[in-house]
Amino acid sequence: MSMQSGLVSSTSQLRAYAPTTDVSVAAPAPLLEVARAQPVTAPRNLRTEPGPIRFIIIALAIIFLSVFVVLPLVVVFASAFSKGIMAYFAALAEPEAMAAIKLTLLIAAISVTLNLVFGVIAAWAISKFEFTGKTFLITLIDLPFSVSPVISGLVFVLLFGAQGFFGTWLQAHNVHILFAVPGIALATIFVTFPFVARALIPLMQEQGTQEEEAAISLGASGLQTFFRVTLPNIKWGLLYGVLLCNARAMGEFGAVSVVSGHIRGETNTMPLLVEILYNEYQFVASFAIASLLAMLALITLVVKTILERRLDEAEVSDGD
Amino acid sequence: MIRRILPLVAGLLWASSAFAADVSLLNVSYDPTRELYVDFNKAFAAAYQKETGKSVEIKQSHGGSGSQARAVIDGLQADVVTLALAYDIDAVAGKGLVATDWQKRLPLNASPYTSTIVFLVRKGNPKGIKDWDDLIKSGVSVITPNPKTSGGARWNYLAAWGYALKKYGSADKAKKFVADLYQNVPVLDTGARGSTVTFVERGVGDVLLAWENEAFLAQREFGKDKFEIVAPPQSILAEPPVAVVDAVADKKGTRAVAEAYLKYWYTREGQEIAARNSYRPRDPEIAREYEKSFAKVELFTIDDVFGGWTKAQKEHFAEGGIFDQIYKN
Repeated sequence: MSMQSGLVSSTSQLRAYAPTTDVSVAAPAPLLEVARAQPVTAPRNLRTEPGPIRFIIIALAIIFLSVFVVLPLVVVFASAFSKGIMAYFAALAEPEAMAAIKLTLLIAAISVTLNLVFGVIAAWAISKFEFTGKTFLITLIDLPFSVSPVISGLVFVLLFGAQGFFGTWLQAHNVHILFAVPGIALATIFVTFPFVARALIPLMQEQGTQEEEAAISLGASGLQTFFRVTLPNIKWGLLYGVLLCNARAMGEFGAVSVVSGHIRGETNTMPLLVEILYNEYQFVASFAIASLLAMLALITLVVKTILERRLDEAEVSDGD
Repeated sequence: MIRRILPLVAGLLWASSAFAADVSLLNVSYDPTRELYVDFNKAFAAAYQKETGKSVEIKQSHGGSGSQARAVIDGLQADVVTLALAYDIDAVAGKGLVATDWQKRLPLNASPYTSTIVFLVRKGNPKGIKDWDDLIKSGVSVITPNPKTSGGARWNYLAAWGYALKKYGSADKAKKFVADLYQNVPVLDTGARGSTVTFVERGVGDVLLAWENEAFLAQREFGKDKFEIVAPPQSILAEPPVAVVDAVADKKGTRAVAEAYLKYWYTREGQEIAARNSYRPRDPEIAREYEKSFAKVELFTIDDVFGGWTKAQKEHFAEGGIFDQIYKN
C-alpha cells in the first residue's frame, strides 16, 4: 500500500508544481535522453524517432508498469480471493474489519473536510494577497511532504501524551486525544494538509484577481464574490486536491500507527489492520482489506485522470 | 459527497455503540498472546456474567512488549497490562501508574502462565540442531529478533547466556558464547512475530529461537510436515507477568473487574485455557494433565541466574551494555 500512496503523492507534487504539463510517471528518463540526443534546432517531435527506438521505449515503460504496479495489484486480489469469494466477504464482515472500515471512513471525512476549509483559506491568502512571510507560509504548507510520517505521529505523542506538553492538563480533565479518534484525526490532518492547498495555489495564482476585483467593484460582498466567482473557477482543482487528500487520509500508515494504540475494533484503521492480520497468519483477511485499499487507489486514479482532463479543458477555455 | 457520507458514518458508529457492555476493560498485551486472550476473554466474560449478572467487554491491544509499555506510559488507557517481561511493567510502575509492589499482589510473581525458549527447525532438522552448542557452529544461520526492541528476544538472549554460564562456568566464557551465537544471526527483526515471519515465510535461516507457544502456533498454521520443534535440554523459565494499572482502573472505577479478570487466570478454567494455547500452566494438577504437550526441559529462572530483570536489563541491554559490546564486533 505504501507504494500506492507514494505514487499518488509524488504525482500530486509534480502536478501541483506544473499543472499544465502532462508528465509521464512511467518513463521520464528515457524520454529526456532521447530529447537531448536530438540536434537543438530539430523540432521536438518524438515521431521522428526510428521505429525500433520507439518500440524499445514503449516496451520499457510497459514492463516497468507491469512489474511495479500491475503485478502487486494482481497479487493483492489473487491472495484476497485465494480461498474463494465466501471467505473474502466473511473476512470483510468480521467485526474488527467493519470497525476498521468505519474508523477509516470517519477519519477521512474529518480530515478531508477540515483540510478543504484550511486549503482554500491558505491558497486564497497566498494567491490573492501580498504580505510579508508569504514564502515562509508556503514552505510551512509543504512541510508534511518532507517530514517522515513516523515523526509526524511522534510530534503528537510529545504534545498530547501523558508525559507530553499538554499531558497533565488533559489527564486531569479526562480528555482523550492520543490513542483515540481525535489523535488519529490530528495525525491524518497533519500528513494530508498540503494536498488541497498545493492543488489550488498555482491555479489561483494563474487566474489572478481581476475577476474578483470586477465583482467587488460591481457591488458584490466578499462572500458573494467567493461563492459566485472564485469557487466556480477553482472547483476542478479543488476536487482534485480533495481526491488526493482523501486517498492519502485513508492510506496513511506511519503517523497513525504511532498514535493509534492498536485497540482491536476501536483504533485500528484499515492500513493498520492489514499489517496486524498479516502478522497473525490471516492472509485472506489481510489481503481482503488490502484489496479495498487497492480499489480505492484504482478509483482515485480514474477520477484523477478525469479531473486532470477537466482542469486542462478549463485552462484552454480560459485562454480563449 | 462528504455530506452524504457523514450521516452514514454517524449512523454506523451509533449502531456499533448500541451494543456496549456494562463494563469495558482494555488489556494491553504483547504480540503472540492474541489467540490466548480471545479464548480467555470469552471464558471470563461468561464467568463474570454468571457471578455478578453484569456483562463485561474486554478490548485487546497487541504490539511489541516494550512499545506497548511505552504507549501505556504515554496515556493509553489500559486497565490491565499483560506483557512479555517484568521489566516492561516496572517501567510503567516507574511512572507511578502501577504500584511498585505489583509483582507481589498476585501469586507466582504475578505470572499465571509461563513459557520457555525452544528451537524451530526445518523438516528433518537438516543441520542436526539438538542443543545450544549447535547454534554457534559455523554455517548455521540463527533467526532471533533484536533484544533492544523485543521482549521475546531478551528471553532468547538470556536463555543462551544462562546455558553457557552453567556449562562453561564463567561470565567471560558466556559472553564469548553469546557473541559467537549472534555472529550467526543474519538479520535482527524488531519483534518476535517479525522473526517468525522471516523464518517461516521468507525461508531465511536454519533455526528460529522462539517462544514455545509461538513455535507451536507456527507449526499449527503451516503444518508439522514443514517445521519441527526442538526443545533443548536446558532453557529459561519465561514468566510473562500481569498487573492492574492502578491509575487507570481507579480513575475509570474498574478496579474490581480488573482484579477479578487477572485472578481468573489462577482458576482451573484459566489454567486450562493457557495450556490449550501452548502456554505452560502453573497449577500442578493441570500441568500433569497436559504433561505430554510440553517437552521436558530443565528450566532456570532469571532471578537465580541474573538476579532479576532490573539487573539483567542494566547489564545486558542498556546503552553500552554487553549486547551492544558483542554486537558491534
